[in-house]
Amino acid sequence: MLRLLNFLYNYRAFLTFLFLEILCAWLWVGNSQYQNTRFFNSANRTVASIIRFSEGVREYVSLRDVNRELAEENAGLRTLVEQLTAQTDLLTTTPDTVLHFDYVSARVINNSVAQFKNHITINRGMDMGLAPGMAVISTSGAVGKVKSVSEHFAVVTSLLNTDEQVSSVLKRTGNFGTAQWDGTDPRMINLLYIPRHVQPQPGDTVVTSGYNAVFPEGILVGIVREVDLKKEAQFYDVRVELAQDFRRLAYVKVVKSYLKGELDSLERVTLGNQP
Amino acid sequence: MNRSGLFAVIYFVLYLLAQVMLFRQLVLFNTAFCFIYVAFILLLPIETNTITLMLSGFLLGFGIDIFYDSLGLHALSLVLVAYVRNYWLTTITPQGGYDAGEGPTLASNGLQWFLVYSLPLLFIHHAVLFFLEAGGFSVFWYTMSKIVTSLLFTMTILLLFQYFSFRRRR
Repeated sequence: MLRLLNFLYNYRAFLTFLFLEILCAWLWVGNSQYQNTRFFNSANRTVASIIRFSEGVREYVSLRDVNRELAEENAGLRTLVEQLTAQTDLLTTTPDTVLHFDYVSARVINNSVAQFKNHITINRGMDMGLAPGMAVISTSGAVGKVKSVSEHFAVVTSLLNTDEQVSSVLKRTGNFGTAQWDGTDPRMINLLYIPRHVQPQPGDTVVTSGYNAVFPEGILVGIVREVDLKKEAQFYDVRVELAQDFRRLAYVKVVKSYLKGELDSLERVTLGNQP
Repeated sequence: MNRSGLFAVIYFVLYLLAQVMLFRQLVLFNTAFCFIYVAFILLLPIETNTITLMLSGFLLGFGIDIFYDSLGLHALSLVLVAYVRNYWLTTITPQGGYDAGEGPTLASNGLQWFLVYSLPLLFIHHAVLFFLEAGGFSVFWYTMSKIVTSLLFTMTILLLFQYFSFRRRR
């Protein structure tokens, strides 16, 4: 017994080291998974307010860009309103459809593009009905998925995160693939699993497929820039330029899907215990 | 609490705030990060024992992780640096040993010694951090470029801090 205690005492530094490293590794692995603890991330109120303070400076500097983008969006919306007003005059009956999606706009208070697993913090949280799993889009295109929420803030897994996969479709050919970032260039994303027999071309549009009911169908992901087919490879290497420039992200919209719960439970019932 | 302990707590808060409020925003060429907070572990007094180093390293890393949304990543790398530090200090003891009561600083041991001391430790920290974050070696050369550029950036800032704040007091 004494020898055991002696042993433990002699190796106390190494044992503490092992314990701490295993603890950290466990936290890190848990963090990479989809939802995580609500407290220890940048959605925490104190953390978010510190971040917001330091972000204020950067925001002031980038006001000009943001202003221009908002003006462009404004113009786009105005034309849309005019078109719609013209249409509503023609419509006399209310269509029998269900409201699928609702949008909450939010301001980006923290954003990174240079890491391998980038996250975005936004200034809307549980109080606006946000929940983990909701899609986040901008006026230009898809942005990411809500990872965790606190009372007034939420952390979003950016598309620029090597863990994030978005079911997408090549608009021209109608083939499905998965958009995933490789961790290098913040302007480009890869479209995986486009089979050999398809002919993707530079200039093709890539949009979300709407297959998982997180993203609405047809949200722009990007434009195909490079297509490469290696000999003997099953799938194309497709490089897609992102529609949204993540380095200048200022305002986003969170998509509340009203039917996601219904779709999930229906699939669970139908598919049963299949993996 | 004694005087050096109090100073350590103040430095802890300063490094944490500097990292998350200032240096987090500074990323050069999209690859070069400045992880100046490692200097907290590097510059603690020479007599500090390894367990204290590791525990404070864990706390600091954990605090940084909350802001970077990368729970466990920075803590793991920093605990490793804290564990290795004292062994490395023993290995590179200059002739005549360290002066009692002095930190392992540029002012007390000279530029050459300081580079030999801090470069390998920073390299270990950056290498573990980036490869762990990348989740393997799939983009090996890109990750290496991140490590090297971040090493240069962090080292430059560390040297600047050393020249400005620790003037030779004798």
